[in-house]
Amino acid sequence: MIEIKNLSFRYKNREALKGISFSVRQGEIFGLLGPNGSGKTTLFRILSTLFFPSSGAVSVCGFPLGEKNKMIREKIGVVFQSPSLDSKLTAAENLMHQGRLYGIAGPELKKRIGEALKKFGLSERRNERVEKLSGGLKRRVELAKGLLHRPALLILDEPSTGLDPGARLDLWNYLQSLRQESQVTIVVTTHLMDEAERCDRIAILNEGVLVGLGTPDQLKKEIGGDVILVQGKDLKGLEMKIQRQFSVKTTRNETALQIESERSERGADLAARLAQALGEEIESITFRKPTLEDVFMHRTGHTFWNEEGRR
Amino acid sequence: MSRVLWVIATLWQREMVRFYRQPSRVIGALGSPFIFWLLIGSGIGTSFRSGAAQPQNYLEYFFPGTILLILLFTSIFSTISLIEDRRQGFLQGILIAPIPRYSFVLGKILGGTTLAFLQGVLFLLLGPWAGIKIHFSNWPAIAGALFIAAFALTALGFFIAWRFQSVQGFHAVMNLFLIPIWILSGALFPPSGASNWLRVVMIYNPLSYSLALIRASLFGSPALEPFPAVSLSVAVTLVFGFTCFALSALAAASTGQADAQ
Repeated sequence: MIEIKNLSFRYKNREALKGISFSVRQGEIFGLLGPNGSGKTTLFRILSTLFFPSSGAVSVCGFPLGEKNKMIREKIGVVFQSPSLDSKLTAAENLMHQGRLYGIAGPELKKRIGEALKKFGLSERRNERVEKLSGGLKRRVELAKGLLHRPALLILDEPSTGLDPGARLDLWNYLQSLRQESQVTIVVTTHLMDEAERCDRIAILNEGVLVGLGTPDQLKKEIGGDVILVQGKDLKGLEMKIQRQFSVKTTRNETALQIESERSERGADLAARLAQALGEEIESITFRKPTLEDVFMHRTGHTFWNEEGRR
Repeated sequence: MSRVLWVIATLWQREMVRFYRQPSRVIGALGSPFIFWLLIGSGIGTSFRSGAAQPQNYLEYFFPGTILLILLFTSIFSTISLIEDRRQGFLQGILIAPIPRYSFVLGKILGGTTLAFLQGVLFLLLGPWAGIKIHFSNWPAIAGALFIAAFALTALGFFIAWRFQSVQGFHAVMNLFLIPIWILSGALFPPSGASNWLRVVMIYNPLSYSLALIRASLFGSPALEPFPAVSLSVAVTLVFGFTCFALSALAAASTGQADAQ
């Protein structure tokens, strides 16, 4: 559905994507996971035909990007992170204009608008101006708008921005049922681990480089064993001691040391050994199964949330 | 082709609906030139005569200029909505739609043109009530003149507005650039009364020709010595309008590449 080969993209003074290659298969929910500034939004803009790659080859829905943009545009549905609705118009009117931009008109358009509004539970509010709808309802109108022309590929940029947990759950349930019912391929950018967990496969981006690709389970298995978090007063000294006494890889940030246990050793056992050896200096020690955040840390050597990226 | 027409029509329709859902725009566009005309025009009109040979009083001289101002105001206000489209995100959906970009530009410009045209006509109908003799039998020429002038102004507004991220910046340009070219179109004084360099500016100002066209259609051409011929006025206004449209379409077509931040 999407083939990306050695894709790079430069803004005037910054390289946002540095030679990325991967492909997205038909019918999967594919996540682009990365912190702010990782290049995922740039990639979204390229896939939605807004930007053209500086170098490399991209094909979307079987058409080469740049040469056949019109064909691609017919086939993709796009949901932007920021709203793209006309707030002075009603939900139904927004859909009407959208339909006509995609060559749908007359009774067929009327039928599709009715169906879309019903599917998204908007029928009763169809004649209300979008500016009066809540954030969750607006997002539903956005989705209805992106799907009105029945695209083969739906691309969403941070779709749960501004949604409360309930609305976010609705959104993901809907995406999953959509994929099942109509075989739409879905690409979604996100910086949220729990959203990435729901994807069939994910690509992890960091500073314009692809640092991971696979199913969430595959990626987490690479970590091997469990993850142990150690907190204490003198983290630096602690880290040195641990590295000297145990042959393990450690990563340190401001609040904790992170240690990955070997595949052969259970996290609980390693935690016990650490506590026994260095109990005096350790304030707390916990262990857990690896998460995608650990995968990110494992691959990049730094945490997913740097200070400026924290929201 | 029919698809392009649908696109133009639907975007035109959107402009109409947006306009009447914002009553402040209706009041602002119609009200301010009206008050301008009434207060200044009637005040000045009784105080001055624009040369002994001219049978018109100043109010009558000023009237076509006021119509041009109405067209200017309405077109500019309608192209401000382009900046809103950009800021509110509607434009991003347009940029990835499978349509030629010029169809969006044309739909939007025709929307603004229609609004400006209708307000111009509405204002015109107030003319006789103020004692101005308009050759209404000449209505096809009047309508034609108003329409192509409105198109040219809206296209100009679109071309300027395309560059702007904020309404404030656009207002600054409007004050710095658009009001002066209106004043120097012959709206306030004829070129014959101006100093040499101003006269040169007025001769090269495309709005002078749009105004001459409106003036000729309202009052008939004979008594209007200092103004250009009707055929030249039509040609200049059309060429100006089409050039602004073409430049806008070009700007829109090349948008997307590293343009959005």
